[in-house]
Amino acid sequence: MLATILLIDDEQGFVDTMSKRLSKRSLTVYTAYNGQEGLAALAKYGAIDVVVLDVKMPGINGIDVLKIIKTEYPLVEVIMLTGHATVESAIDGMKNGAFDYMLKPCEMEELLAKIKDAYLKKQSQETKIYEARARHIELRRGD
Amino acid sequence: MSNHYYHGLAKSMMFTIILVSFTPLLIIALLAGYQYSVAYKGKVVAHLRELVLKHDQNVDSYLKEKIAEIQVLADVEGIANLKSEARLEALHNSLLRHHRGDFVDLGLVNSKGVQVAYVGPFNLRGANYAEADWFKNVQERQVYVSDVFLGLRGVPHFIIAVLIESKGEKWVLRTTLDFITFNKLVEDIRIGETGLAFIINRNGEFQTTPRKDLIKEVPFLKELAAGKNEFSGLARRRASISTEINPATGHETIFVISSIKNGDWLMVYQQDVSDAFSDLNQARNLAAVVILLGGIAIIAMAYLMSKRMARKVERSDLEKDMMNEQVIEAGKLASVGELAAGIAHEINNPVAIMVEEAGWIQDLLEEGLYVDDNEREVSRALNQIRSQGTRCKDITHKLLSFAHKIDPTIIRVCLNDLIHEMAELCEQRAKYANVNIETSLADKLPEVAASPSELQQVLLNLINNAIDSMDPGGGDLDIATRFENDVVAVSIADTGCGIPKSNLSRIFDPFFTTKPVGKGTGLGLSIIYGIVSKMKGEITVKSALDKGTVFTLKLPLAGLELEQDENSANSGCVL
Repeated sequence: MLATILLIDDEQGFVDTMSKRLSKRSLTVYTAYNGQEGLAALAKYGAIDVVVLDVKMPGINGIDVLKIIKTEYPLVEVIMLTGHATVESAIDGMKNGAFDYMLKPCEMEELLAKIKDAYLKKQSQETKIYEARARHIELRRGD
Repeated sequence: MSNHYYHGLAKSMMFTIILVSFTPLLIIALLAGYQYSVAYKGKVVAHLRELVLKHDQNVDSYLKEKIAEIQVLADVEGIANLKSEARLEALHNSLLRHHRGDFVDLGLVNSKGVQVAYVGPFNLRGANYAEADWFKNVQERQVYVSDVFLGLRGVPHFIIAVLIESKGEKWVLRTTLDFITFNKLVEDIRIGETGLAFIINRNGEFQTTPRKDLIKEVPFLKELAAGKNEFSGLARRRASISTEINPATGHETIFVISSIKNGDWLMVYQQDVSDAFSDLNQARNLAAVVILLGGIAIIAMAYLMSKRMARKVERSDLEKDMMNEQVIEAGKLASVGELAAGIAHEINNPVAIMVEEAGWIQDLLEEGLYVDDNEREVSRALNQIRSQGTRCKDITHKLLSFAHKIDPTIIRVCLNDLIHEMAELCEQRAKYANVNIETSLADKLPEVAASPSELQQVLLNLINNAIDSMDPGGGDLDIATRFENDVVAVSIADTGCGIPKSNLSRIFDPFFTTKPVGKGTGLGLSIIYGIVSKMKGEITVKSALDKGTVFTLKLPLAGLELEQDENSANSGCVL
């Protein structure tokens, strides 16, 4: 799995360590320390497959960032990361199109599995889009 | 509250009860007593007057009747008949028969005052009355009734004399009336212990025998009869009444005086006032006893009742205080819960970092400690774990400092310290709500008298409310302290949504909340209000819709007698 992910969290230490560990597991990791930076990174690095997004952040909070991501980059999958107190908001995030949510502190294996699922889902959707597009082209050719 | 307060309460209740029960009682007693005594006295006096009137009529008619008898004799019988003792005896016998011995004797006196004919128990034939008063008087008045005197016979008696003119010669027919019969007419009037009646003449001499010895009163009666004292005016009318101090007895005495026998005699009835009105006095004494006993009962009841009421009030105050404590405790729990939710999240962050770091170390160990600069990386990770652990500890300590049981004891508190603590505690929450907390605390702020744990709750609640009002969107939260007019004032100003005017008067009401069901208890501000009032402080609020709200807390300065808060004593009050 060679997914490209983006970590958005206001806890710098958490983001740094997490990115090191994920990089070690042959993922391409970008980091951002708040919502604004995250959106900027998304715009900058077009190849991001999965975003791991903290819910509670100063500035734009996770839910709002999610909404923007889902409108601007509908194919990018988002995994919400939350403390217990904000499980509700995490569920809220799911309703807004997040792929899944995870509780902090999280198990690496679990997170990896989720990222993998999200990545696969994104890929399958992309494939479907390619196929649809191909069929569209085929049909066009056909007429 | 102090014992003193309840004592005062009991006292004022007691006095109110006593006043309220006594006033009508006394008013009724006085009014009714006065009315009764006036009416009763009037009755007694009227009765006495009637009595005397009746008797003076009796006496007058008795005398008139006797005079008439004699006048009939004098008119009908000629002098010749009267001179004959046999005829006179027959007349006398007839009189005795029909008048039960009223007429003691019968005699004819010639113009020289010599009794020429006489019938009676005494040997008075030939007695010379030329010098007797009655003889002189009858010459002028035709008919004369004498005063009572002893005369020749040495027995009290009085005489009715009638002048008869016959052939140019003047004769006098005289009869003696039985004194004892006459005396009974008057002696019968006796009422109570001291009531008695008697007749005196114009010289103050007794015409009847009073029931008891009145020697001492003679001078007074003489004056009375002679018209020399204040009764003289009364003495001319019939049955006039006066109340005077009797000089003989020294008692206040009722006198009823009536003139009889054409004003020659005075019928006097006298009775001590105390005796005449003895029933009234008895009734008055009875009423006094009743009022006294009633008063004692009222006072005792008022005392016991007010004691019991005060005790009940005290107990209910205690219960109320306890309830207040419980409500405050409950409010505190609610804020702790709210705080805990925020803090759980806050702790999750460092814990997540630690978990990640630990995982990272594990990753590195798997790779081998001495590959690249893994060893340095591991030690950096361990440092990170340690610093994150410290961060956790700080958070839990902050929470613990707030969550210990509420101690309502009022001590000296350094407000600035407290505000710093609370601002720190809320920092994280504020950060996520995009609220910027600013504190502008006055230098050298005097200490205030407050319970630190309760004040913590007040501040926390106000700060939380302020943060809520700015969520979402964020804003500025200004906490300022200042010292003015001998009070320490704290203002907590937010730039939040504000409070609509219609709600402004209700925000301190219990259970008033604008939050959706399940989100707020509506107790926060009402608890704050209770706490601040208990500390003798004051809380005011100013709000403009969509501009923000300012809560201002004014707290009294700490007196000298209060202990210092341990925490603030260590850190000092000057920030």
